[in-house]
Amino acid sequence: MTELFFQYLVAGLTYGAIYAIVGIGFNIIYNTTGIINFAQGEFVMLGGMTAVTLHGFLPLPIAIAGAVLVTMIIGGLIEMAFIRWLVKPSVLRMIIITIGLSILVREAALFTWGEGVRSLPYFTGNEISALSFGNVRVSPQVLWSIGVCMIIVLCLNLFFKHTMLGREMRACAANREAAALCGIPTRNMITFSFVLSAGIGALAGCVVSPITYTQYNIGAGLAIKGFTVAILGGLGNSMAAVAAGFILGILESFSIWVLPTAYKDAISISILLAMLFIRPSGLFGNREAMRLKDF
Amino acid sequence: MPLLEVQNISKRFGGLHAVKDVSFVVERGAIKAVIGPNGAGKTTLFNLLSGFLEPDSGSVVYQARPIHGKSPFEIARRGLSRTFQHIRLFARMTALENVMVGCHVRSRSGFLAGMLNLPWTRREERQIRDKALEMMAFLGIETLAGKEAASLSYGQQRSVELARALASGPAILLLDEPAAGLNMRETADVAKLITRVRDLGITVLIVEHDMQLVMDISDEIVVLSYGEKIADDVPRAVQTNHEVVRVYLGEDDA
Amino acid sequence: MTTSRVTPILALFVVVVVVQLLTLASGKTFYLTQLTMTAYYSLIVIGLCLLMGFAGQISLGHAGFFVIGGYTSAVLTTLNLSSYKEAPLVSLLTRLRVLTDRQDLYGGQVLSVHPWVACGVALVLALVIAWAIGIPVLKLKGHYLAMATLGFGTIIYSIVLGTQRFGAADGISSVPPFPLLPGISVSGASSQRITNYYFAWLLVTVAMLLLANLINSRVGRALRAIHGAEDASSAMGIDTGRYKLATFMLSAVLAATAGVFLTHFNGGIGPSEASIMKSVRYVAIVAGGGMGSIWGTLIMSVVLNFFSLRGYFGSFDDAVFGGILILIMLFAPDGIIGSDLRKLVKKLMNKVQKSVSSKTQTTSHK
Repeated sequence: MTELFFQYLVAGLTYGAIYAIVGIGFNIIYNTTGIINFAQGEFVMLGGMTAVTLHGFLPLPIAIAGAVLVTMIIGGLIEMAFIRWLVKPSVLRMIIITIGLSILVREAALFTWGEGVRSLPYFTGNEISALSFGNVRVSPQVLWSIGVCMIIVLCLNLFFKHTMLGREMRACAANREAAALCGIPTRNMITFSFVLSAGIGALAGCVVSPITYTQYNIGAGLAIKGFTVAILGGLGNSMAAVAAGFILGILESFSIWVLPTAYKDAISISILLAMLFIRPSGLFGNREAMRLKDF
Repeated sequence: MPLLEVQNISKRFGGLHAVKDVSFVVERGAIKAVIGPNGAGKTTLFNLLSGFLEPDSGSVVYQARPIHGKSPFEIARRGLSRTFQHIRLFARMTALENVMVGCHVRSRSGFLAGMLNLPWTRREERQIRDKALEMMAFLGIETLAGKEAASLSYGQQRSVELARALASGPAILLLDEPAAGLNMRETADVAKLITRVRDLGITVLIVEHDMQLVMDISDEIVVLSYGEKIADDVPRAVQTNHEVVRVYLGEDDA
Repeated sequence: MTTSRVTPILALFVVVVVVQLLTLASGKTFYLTQLTMTAYYSLIVIGLCLLMGFAGQISLGHAGFFVIGGYTSAVLTTLNLSSYKEAPLVSLLTRLRVLTDRQDLYGGQVLSVHPWVACGVALVLALVIAWAIGIPVLKLKGHYLAMATLGFGTIIYSIVLGTQRFGAADGISSVPPFPLLPGISVSGASSQRITNYYFAWLLVTVAMLLLANLINSRVGRALRAIHGAEDASSAMGIDTGRYKLATFMLSAVLAATAGVFLTHFNGGIGPSEASIMKSVRYVAIVAGGGMGSIWGTLIMSVVLNFFSLRGYFGSFDDAVFGGILILIMLFAPDGIIGSDLRKLVKKLMNKVQKSVSSKTQTTSHK
């Protein structure tokens, strides 16, 4: 019984880590631009798929690095081609554009890689290797997943607080006009926010790929869950998104105990709807601060 | 029985006390102005009166019934109309259609009647159209009827907004900085217009920065400073009020 | 004012008849099947156009209402209560004609709900759900509203895909025809192809007439006001919450109606009708046809749906709709048909008027 409990818990934490990273990706772009990037989930998919292809002729670590790089470039190109030159677009227009983008990326992925399910090999060990903590057996890949995601969060924290570029991005997020007046190249900040979000998404996609598998169409579901996480933690608040990600992952995982697996997706959406209706500023958010965002 | 009675209303935003224990009355048929330096709480006051904000405490009584806490559309239906500091016209609609929206409160046809285009609905549409044109003619802008609202000049847009508010047939009209952005001649026109509106029997409460306008046409003036009322009197008395002078011009160090 | 409203309706009627005769003449009567399906899909998008273009509320989950209509009708009309024939409630309902005894595809006797009753239930259910969902959802704006409607659509999809009672991944099939008049029914039978075509387009024509009337009425003006400046419209006495909700419910009923009849026409329904891609398509059509124009939306719907159903987009079907979304939003956010077409037509008519008046001037000089 307790073994089952821990299995669900571990699964929840693993998926939760990915949801958290997607949520953080949303927050980074949202903070800098006010845009919700519906294509966020596609970055995760691209990372995994590209890594699998590259691994065909490159060693694993280089394949992953290459995949992250490629996805970052794609993220930047998307911003420069479709978003950069829009003049004061309305919220509705931006929503539709990013939805269209996510569809195109997904269809391109289908065209390139087909419908097949792929996965990277386990970083250490294989499908059946397990580390024992007491009477709980955990795959080392789980530790990789959660570990890498935690490192991403830590690095982002350091980046935004202690590097010039990070501070410039935060300035851009707080008040774009004032930042521009200070000489900060705001347009490049926006491009960079896309690049950064794409990068962390891709890395997360690579690291969980052995466990969760990668397929051309996983982007949309991840986007919804990532958005749920972002809202749950309070839109724009990346630290809260981490906690929210784990909460969502665990809730979703344990829901299998009470509901048929087919309804698993409905759980996260119900949480999303509940948050939107009851407390759109998030569990940790501030209602006044939320109203300041221009929607 | 005053038309509008504001009793001890207060509103805070976090640590900011935007409006603090403000009370005044507006008599039927009067033109009353609310003035004060920037940040005094004038627009917050308007939002409290027109239902866009709910007061933390105090009451607003209109036609002897409380309206604080009611939604804007309910208050509008009772006969209180307002204009906005930053013009809020319906940009993609023509000037005439904008004014016709003002007639919404005085008409009835709903979804079903609209879809079936019943005879009484068509009659009502004609009446709405006539009323809207009448209001535009009153303001001298009937030639702008077919033009898209976004294409009008600033002064013309102000007039359309006023026509829209008048089309609802209000008992009291709240004007939020009607002379903002207008030159001296346009401001003088606005002053004349407001007195004509009052002559129609409509009570007017106006927030303004233009002192000349306010002194010329108001029957009474309320002065706000940092959310508190510091004067409520006829124009001449307010002009010579020490507190008011100090708040506007600063301390005299002599 | 009335002539300009009736003319497009008459034009639509003429086009519908002409197209049917053309297919007869060219021997391509099988086109009528796709054209009929196109008509039903168009019902959804013109309702969505009212919601998005006039009330200004985006809905990324409208396929959900189509599915509520279709699945409700399908489930009720494929129920088999034969084994309960003796139960008092069942025999009462049979006597009231709520339940009908009929033969299914394999010759067996089936006691199921009469399609008219099923349709009524489906529409009422759609109204109730739209009302219940609408109240909290329409309080949201922008991204929150988009995500909430997307979430609603995804929940409906999860439910129909995951529930055995609804056929799970296979959906529901052997849905009986929907009787209209003696001898005429909505079904896929090739003998009924022409009548079905006209029935579907009759529904569309009626819907266009009703919506065109609504848009030009006081309510339509109020909706455009809400879209233009919500707080100003509130200050003018418009109950924005109620109007948005009513529009939402109206568009939901249109989608559910399409769902009911298309299910009977196809003889079945599957979970793919509830997918997010379907909802996105509907949004793409509305955006492409011009959010402020139901005629533009109708034209766009006919073109895109017909080509898509005929398979002209091949396996790039989704990519085409995604691409259209992006192109429209980048370059023509007001839609390529709606307002631009009207401006073009106006320009042409002005030119015609000028040349006519200059001709009469020159003749009068003589």
